[in-house]
Amino acid sequence: MSEVVLEVKGVSKRFGGLQALSDVGIRIERGQVYGLIGPNGAGKTTFFNVITGLYTPDAGSFQLGGQPYKPTAVHEVARQGIARTFQNIRLFPEMTALENVMVGRHVRTHSGLVGALFRTAKFKAEEADIAARAHELLDYVGIRRLAEYKSRTLSYGDQRRLEIARALATEPKLIALDEPAAGMNATEKVVLRELIDRIRKDGRTILLIEHDVKLVMGLCDRLTVLDYGRQIAEGTPGEVQRNEKVIEAYLGAGHKTH
Amino acid sequence: MKNKFAVFLVCAVALVALPLFVQQFGQGWVRILATALLYTLLALGLNIIVGYAGLLDLGYVAFYAVGAYMYALLASPHLTETFPWIAAMFPKGLHMPIWVVVPLGAGLAALAGVLLGTPVLKLRGDYLAIVTLGFGEIIRVFMNNLEHPVNITNGPRGLDRIDPFTIFGVNFGKPLVVGGFSIASVTLYYWLFLALVVGSVVLCHRLELSRIGRAWMAIREDEIAAKAMGINTRNMKLLAFGMGATFGGVSGSMFAAFQGFVSPESFSLMESIMIVAMVVLGGMGYLPGVILGALLLSALPEVLRYVAGPLQHLTDGRLDASILRQLLIALAMIVIMLLRPRGLMPPPEHGKAAPSPATAK
Amino acid sequence: MDYFLELFFGGLTRGSIYALIALGYTMVYGIIGLINFAHGEVLMIGALVSWTFTTAMAGSGMPGWVLLLLSVPLAVLVCCALNFSIEKIAYRPLRSAPRLSPLITAIGMSLLLQTLAMIIWKPNPKPFPTLLPPDPIDLGGPVITITQCLILGLTVVILSALMWLVNRTKLGRAMRATAENPRVAGLMGVKPDFVISATFVIGAALAAVAGIMWAANYGTVQHTMGFLPGLKAFTAAVLGGIGNLAGAVVGALVLGLVEALGAGYLGELTGGVFGSHYADVFAFATLILVLTLRPQGLLGERVADRA
Ligand SMILES: Nc1ncnc2c1ncn2[C@@H]1O[C@H](COP(=O)(O)OP(=O)(O)OP(=O)(O)O)[C@@H](O)[C@H]1O
Ligand SMILES: [Mg+2]
Repeated sequence: MSEVVLEVKGVSKRFGGLQALSDVGIRIERGQVYGLIGPNGAGKTTFFNVITGLYTPDAGSFQLGGQPYKPTAVHEVARQGIARTFQNIRLFPEMTALENVMVGRHVRTHSGLVGALFRTAKFKAEEADIAARAHELLDYVGIRRLAEYKSRTLSYGDQRRLEIARALATEPKLIALDEPAAGMNATEKVVLRELIDRIRKDGRTILLIEHDVKLVMGLCDRLTVLDYGRQIAEGTPGEVQRNEKVIEAYLGAGHKTH
Repeated sequence: MKNKFAVFLVCAVALVALPLFVQQFGQGWVRILATALLYTLLALGLNIIVGYAGLLDLGYVAFYAVGAYMYALLASPHLTETFPWIAAMFPKGLHMPIWVVVPLGAGLAALAGVLLGTPVLKLRGDYLAIVTLGFGEIIRVFMNNLEHPVNITNGPRGLDRIDPFTIFGVNFGKPLVVGGFSIASVTLYYWLFLALVVGSVVLCHRLELSRIGRAWMAIREDEIAAKAMGINTRNMKLLAFGMGATFGGVSGSMFAAFQGFVSPESFSLMESIMIVAMVVLGGMGYLPGVILGALLLSALPEVLRYVAGPLQHLTDGRLDASILRQLLIALAMIVIMLLRPRGLMPPPEHGKAAPSPATAK
Repeated sequence: MDYFLELFFGGLTRGSIYALIALGYTMVYGIIGLINFAHGEVLMIGALVSWTFTTAMAGSGMPGWVLLLLSVPLAVLVCCALNFSIEKIAYRPLRSAPRLSPLITAIGMSLLLQTLAMIIWKPNPKPFPTLLPPDPIDLGGPVITITQCLILGLTVVILSALMWLVNRTKLGRAMRATAENPRVAGLMGVKPDFVISATFVIGAALAAVAGIMWAANYGTVQHTMGFLPGLKAFTAAVLGGIGNLAGAVVGALVLGLVEALGAGYLGELTGGVFGSHYADVFAFATLILVLTLRPQGLLGERVADRA
């Protein structure tokens, strides 16, 4: 019944002698939070980079919203509906928080040179709309009061939330978050979890890389476990937790702390 | 609101009246002012490329040269004297009106920008710097040598007898007499350049606060993140290059008409570097900073040239005014950057944001 | 054939000098990511110091080659001290500044050195004394001078020494580690400040030698003489793939040959229309062409953007 947002099959990627991904495939349905976990260096970020067009895969087929797409040009992928955040935060440091989110609106707006130079009525209306939407999104992630600050001056947690707001501004079919909780303390993580829950409730589909097992298990509908570039398990959190290979490769350490 | 308008009005009147006051001390001073405005125009153009889009262009002067030679060729006797068939087509000589030549020069410069940009814009930042520098040098070599086998540029001797501008019947080459009061030719150019600078500032400001301007800045700040936001970085960079080049082309034709003479010497690498220095010293990407940088670097040393005349005698010819000028520019570049790495007048900041309550440790 | 050989050796000589300069650019770029615009001026200072020494000692009765030899350590010393101070004063404070700021101080430094040299040595071009016999050696045709032979030989020696230094010594390892990742190198006990200073000093020594070679080969010295070889050497470094030592040498030799052969033959081929004045155009056109086809340069590695 439910509609498939992202369907990726047989993705492989090699760096010199290192097989970073071999034959990975996932299928995400609308409204899901889909988790991608695995030990350090497992290839999670590489997978993100491949589906968003940053790295060219050696093999793989890609479908977004039922349409096949070629992840060759990064900006095209964004246009078609995947927005992402980065593991090591990549905001536009000298631009204000508000401007960062406004850049996110780029791909859904149209005004060009003529509009800008002559300040046409249409241009002004669109600008007002962009600003309004950006304010809304800052509010949505809880940093409205920081709108006028340069993004490099924001605290770490606020920068992560700003990145999410910027990604949401592109109205993505799928929003891909690369370790959004990295470096956050417990309180911040609770707030983040609420935010991700809210994004899901508002009808978005989320692909989430996360090391924090508790967070992943609590949030995700399904997940995939990568290890050395191979997909060693796929299923609901419960299934994955019971999977022998996963316990061995990854959750082993995690279980002790439970 | 009313107050702001009053301040604005006073500034405008002062700027317009400035040459009338200054010319009492000699036309040379007005010429310095006009030249400073011309540099401001160039710096504003380069600011689009370097300041907004973050592309280091060390050959910007090439676009300036294209505009200047375009005007010089189409509004001087050189072509008709060299090519009889052109003389036959224009029996009264080639005196293209500026309404034709300036847009043509701007368009040609933009085309040059896009042609250069297409292959090189995917290069890493510093590679781009050396390629643009090379392009500037190539253009200069051509200006120097395109006198064989057919004499197009007249080589190192350059092109002279270039028509002054004529706008609405006013010939900029002669003093304008209004009611017994004579306004010098340089003053007319000053006003023209002032109008252009004001217009350019408005245009740049509008670009800055637009979807396109934000896309440029995003590319400058982090190209990968910009792409991930759906910005077609190649097209946006080309647009920046083209826009900047257009400014260069227009300034070039202004220069040609103002000087009445162009030669390859005016378009050396040093000139490109000076324009980059104006943008960076002033405050990259911030219009008041860029204007300050341009005025400072172009006008101050000129002023010095007038003031420091006797210096040469004092130092046995080793330290004449032009050497002192060069020395000062060099020291200014070093000292200003060391003291203010973001430029003399960087964009203002809101300060450091306190973390949100929920994220407080 | 003689004509070809003459051009070939001329190009090779020129390329060798470019190589010595290009190495300085590429090492500095590899380590701190700065285009050291003042590098060409270091070369110029080296040549002028050598000129001062050799002309002052001309009456001493020593043979020319002894004078030339003696002037080398002097010029190297001056240039090393100079480049060391430049880095310390003008670049070090700006290491965490916006990317263009140190570039502007570098340009300012270049201009400052030129101006100071003009004040100290006066602006006129000065003939560099002919210290070696100028006649070409006959290899079935007069094709190569003693100066050129010396330059080629010396370049090979210097390059070997540099290879040894970079690949076999502790300093060399520290340099490579810093170039790879300064933060990690710092964690592993490498002192980045020391490594950076050492890089500038080594680069200056190479530039000083190159400056003397240039002066001896082309016969004049002047405060502006550093500009063109500096520019070409930087072009060569980029052509070869900046940050890559072997690339700098390859790029330099290619550039030297392209210029010499291109300028030598194109005039003939086009009936004098495109003469040797277009040598610079070849150099830069080659650069643009190569970078369009291989954006990372001839020997540069393709660095995928990590995200
Ligand atoms: N551009 C690249 N060139 C070469 N190797 C790369 C590149 N990007 C990633 N790798 C390698 O691919 C492997 C997978 O890296 P990746 O960043 O995808 O891991 P990850 O699962 O995201 O790890 P982490 O949890 O630490 O973020 C690593 O061994 C990494 O060194
Ligand atoms: Mg990762």
